[in-house]
Amino acid sequence: MDIILNIQNLTKTYQSGGNTLTVLNDISFELESGSTMSIVGPSGSGKTTLLGLCAGLDRSSSGMVELNHIKLNNLSEDQRAQVRNQHVGFIFQNFQLLPTLTAIENVMVPLELRGEKNIRSRAADLLDKVGLADRGHHYPSQLSGGEQQRVSLARAFSNSPKILFADEPTGNLDAETSEKVVKLIFDLNKEAGTTLVLVTHDLELAAKTQRILRVKGGSLISDELTTTETPDKINYAGR
Amino acid sequence: MPVDKNAQSGISRSPLNFSWLVLMAWRDSRRSRSRLFLFISSIILGIAALVAIYSFEYNLRQDIDTQAKGLLGADMVIETNKPVKKDILPVLMTLGTERSEERTFASMVFFPKNQGTRLVNVRALKGGYPYYGSIETTPSSAGRSFRDAKEALVDKTLMLQFDSNVGDSVKVGELTFKIAGILNKAPGQTGFSASVAPVVYIPLRYLEQTGLSQKGSRINYNFYYRFDDNVNVDVLADKLEPRLEKAEMDAETVESRKEDTGRSFEDMTEFLALVGFVALLLGCIGVASAIHIYIKEKINTIAVLRCLGASSKQAFIIYLIQIVGIGMVGSLIGAVLGTLIQQFLPLVLKDFLPVEITVAISWAAIAQGLLLGLVISVLFALLPLVSVRNISPLNTLRLSFQETSLFKDPVKWLVYAIIVLFVFAFTYLQMGSIRKTIYFTGGVLFAFIVLSALAYAMMWLARKFFPSSWSYLWRQGFANLFRPNNQTLILVVSIGLGTAFICTLFFVQDILINRVTMSSSKNQPNMVLFDIQSEQRQAVSDLTKRMNLPIIQEVPIVNMRMTAIKGRDASSFKKDTTAWSAQRALEREYRVTYRDSLSDSEKIIDGKWSGNYSGSNAVSVSLEEGFAKRIDVKIGDKLTFNVQGAPLETVVGSIRKVDWNRIQTNFLLIFPKGVLEEAPQFHVLLTRVPSNEISANFQRVVVKNYPNISMIDLGLVLSVLDEILTKMGFVIRFMAAFSIITGLIVLIASVLISKYQRIRESVLLRTLGASRRQILVITALEYFFLGALAAGAGIILSLLASWGLAKFSFETNFSPEILPVLVLFTIISGLTVLIGLFNSRGILNKPPLEVLRSEV
Repeated sequence: MDIILNIQNLTKTYQSGGNTLTVLNDISFELESGSTMSIVGPSGSGKTTLLGLCAGLDRSSSGMVELNHIKLNNLSEDQRAQVRNQHVGFIFQNFQLLPTLTAIENVMVPLELRGEKNIRSRAADLLDKVGLADRGHHYPSQLSGGEQQRVSLARAFSNSPKILFADEPTGNLDAETSEKVVKLIFDLNKEAGTTLVLVTHDLELAAKTQRILRVKGGSLISDELTTTETPDKINYAGR
Repeated sequence: MPVDKNAQSGISRSPLNFSWLVLMAWRDSRRSRSRLFLFISSIILGIAALVAIYSFEYNLRQDIDTQAKGLLGADMVIETNKPVKKDILPVLMTLGTERSEERTFASMVFFPKNQGTRLVNVRALKGGYPYYGSIETTPSSAGRSFRDAKEALVDKTLMLQFDSNVGDSVKVGELTFKIAGILNKAPGQTGFSASVAPVVYIPLRYLEQTGLSQKGSRINYNFYYRFDDNVNVDVLADKLEPRLEKAEMDAETVESRKEDTGRSFEDMTEFLALVGFVALLLGCIGVASAIHIYIKEKINTIAVLRCLGASSKQAFIIYLIQIVGIGMVGSLIGAVLGTLIQQFLPLVLKDFLPVEITVAISWAAIAQGLLLGLVISVLFALLPLVSVRNISPLNTLRLSFQETSLFKDPVKWLVYAIIVLFVFAFTYLQMGSIRKTIYFTGGVLFAFIVLSALAYAMMWLARKFFPSSWSYLWRQGFANLFRPNNQTLILVVSIGLGTAFICTLFFVQDILINRVTMSSSKNQPNMVLFDIQSEQRQAVSDLTKRMNLPIIQEVPIVNMRMTAIKGRDASSFKKDTTAWSAQRALEREYRVTYRDSLSDSEKIIDGKWSGNYSGSNAVSVSLEEGFAKRIDVKIGDKLTFNVQGAPLETVVGSIRKVDWNRIQTNFLLIFPKGVLEEAPQFHVLLTRVPSNEISANFQRVVVKNYPNISMIDLGLVLSVLDEILTKMGFVIRFMAAFSIITGLIVLIASVLISKYQRIRESVLLRTLGASRRQILVITALEYFFLGALAAGAGIILSLLASWGLAKFSFETNFSPEILPVLVLFTIISGLTVLIGLFNSRGILNKPPLEVLRSEV
């Protein structure tokens, strides 16, 4: 199977008041294309930092990040932005919709950034898929939390990403809404054949992915396969 | 071979789609348009001021062009302040197709009807002058008819002052004239010059009979000519120049008058444009600070865009487009407003203008204003805007916006450099002098640096000496001065600069008035009699004593010219471009005195004073310190004079320091006794009159008996000076108002922005149970501290500036009045509090949740 994400000896340190703070320490793993994985761990364990590094939002202190066979380490910020635009989708805990854009405009942005034309109907289709066909002209402040996250989901899939990163996608939602959003994430993911990386506290949600990475104190402490239907083979290069 | 990194890494570059960036800029501005407009509103008045001034300047230039002939009243004027030499007379009498002759001089006139006297500018006229324009009178026929009879035209201010009517009489010298008409305006005259030296016209043929054309009287001789249309007057003037120069005369043509008038108004419009520019700069500081906060609020949006794949360049351009857009709107509104304000400028400035000003829309001025507004708003907005490039997409996961330090981002330094360069270039375009430009740019930079330093110092002090024992509300309000997102720096700079402006204007006016009123204090002379002939000296002195008035000083004055400095004459200095002062020194006429002792306002600082000439060595003269420096002479250097025809060799014997602030006769040059006694001379007498009645009575008696003697009543000088200063002060205040109102708009904008900054905090406090009153007190205190700091900083700056002006420019003591300063301080602080509270009312009157939903 094709490896979409290859992480080798990844370390992230910060300088703080003359001291070096290690947030991530020597993390390695590989992820197959089309698979689903969660990163779990207590608060401050470094899981969000790991997600940021994997998605090319930040630069590592040492080690390698290879996304869709593109080494991110040596790319400039603008080149990494290009990679994100072409290959990556995002879902955030606090939705991160642009407040001054309507729902449909929010969904269109990634495609507009690519310079694609006639995208309104595609965006409308995506909104339809998340059940918000009639809310396209509403601004984020006019939508409920669940609706905002569904718009965010439509936006994440709009550029047909190879890999989707979701940071606590249900963290700000009630149980019922969470369930609906999770179902949507997995359904859309399956339909598009996208790789999914989830960061979550919610072990029940994590169990729905094929594989769980546990992070604690900046280190990878376990890498387990779940009973969820797995792809042919999982490459594990961690400790 | 170079390798394309993008190609190598499998990334395809997406196009920088400009129309999408414009669309995105438009979409992004949806909820901020009114705020963006508020930010840019602070440049509107600056642009308005400049467009108004530029339009006025263009119109003035055009009006001078079209009315130039009327300014001069003739095609050419030949003038001199010395009696006309015989050999040039044939030339003067044959030039032109029509000619007129005029002599002007200062003299007292007497109004028999109410026994009033006043020093005026007498113009004795012969011929058909003016050939262009007219002497405007009431009745209008009087401007021509007075020349044929023993009649005079009297300036309208004099007519009012002495309650005279047409048909009454006025005595000029020894002759009484019937007042033929009220003089409303003479060619080239401004309302301003009329109040300084009101004019009385009389026919030239009666001048002799007035007894005022005696030798020693300082008379100007003007010859006016009209030429046929085919004569090139300027070429003729050039041709005549050598002969006129020899005869110590000057020629002026319509063209040269036009240039002179244009030039003198260039100075004025230049000054006013700079005042407008300061308002604009002030507004720009407001723009920079507002955009700074705006960008801070946009961090999340920018981070999301970056996350979705927008490049730093795209993100930067989106916001640049917004700034360019509102810059255009702001400039456009400024230009429209400026064009409207321009209608009022001629009203404000009419007393200073020799021409009738037409008000027309100047497209050039509008274009200039638009361009300037756009460039400068973008430049200043760039300062915060370049930070957009550094906003990381990581902010979507956790907010960790750290401002790039100035030292780390070289682009910011570049923007600062471009701003300073732009201010420098703009000022240079206005002033055309590198030295003045450096002073102005340096001054503006200095003011900004001093105010910023004061703001930082105040923040540091507030933190360092934090009053922990104060009540919670006071502590909260006080701490807002230095907590994150504080407005201290921007408010202290903008409001401080506005305050400094008003305050300095006030102080300078005070210094000038004080300088004059000081001299009218006890024991100082307040009346000067000059043009006393030698044979009248004793009688005038006796008359003064008889009227129980003290003779404070009595000095002889001899007119002379300097012909050589250290043996070098004017032609030798003319080749030397560095000796400009020496050239000037050899061109002018000197009024010198002779005496055997120093006055109490003088002190010898070099050489030895000699009060009596022994007759053997060269005559030893004493020079004033600054004058000696200007013409570059030391003790022992030779100076040659021409005393009304007779050459006189002298040597610099001593150098004196002179206190010029005293109202008494002070001299650049003093001769010892025993040299000039026989030279043609006149005398000056200084006395002190205790009241207006005695002053009027004394003037009446002197003018009646000695009509050639002129008298200056210091009380009158004071009132004229007061009038001039009030008029000038009004013009300056009118322009300064732009800065002040800009300061207020910046204040309103800053306070509004800080409302967005403080809103979460206030709502949180409300949620935690803070009462309406408590929030009100915290807000009021914060703005009071801010207003007080800003006003205080401005006042400190203006005290510094005024002290410097007083000490170095006016050479006088500076003792500022406290009460008006306190009033200004209270007004500025109070206004800040009011605006702050007015803007916060939304938070106070609505439930917390509603506020959060609608505002955030």
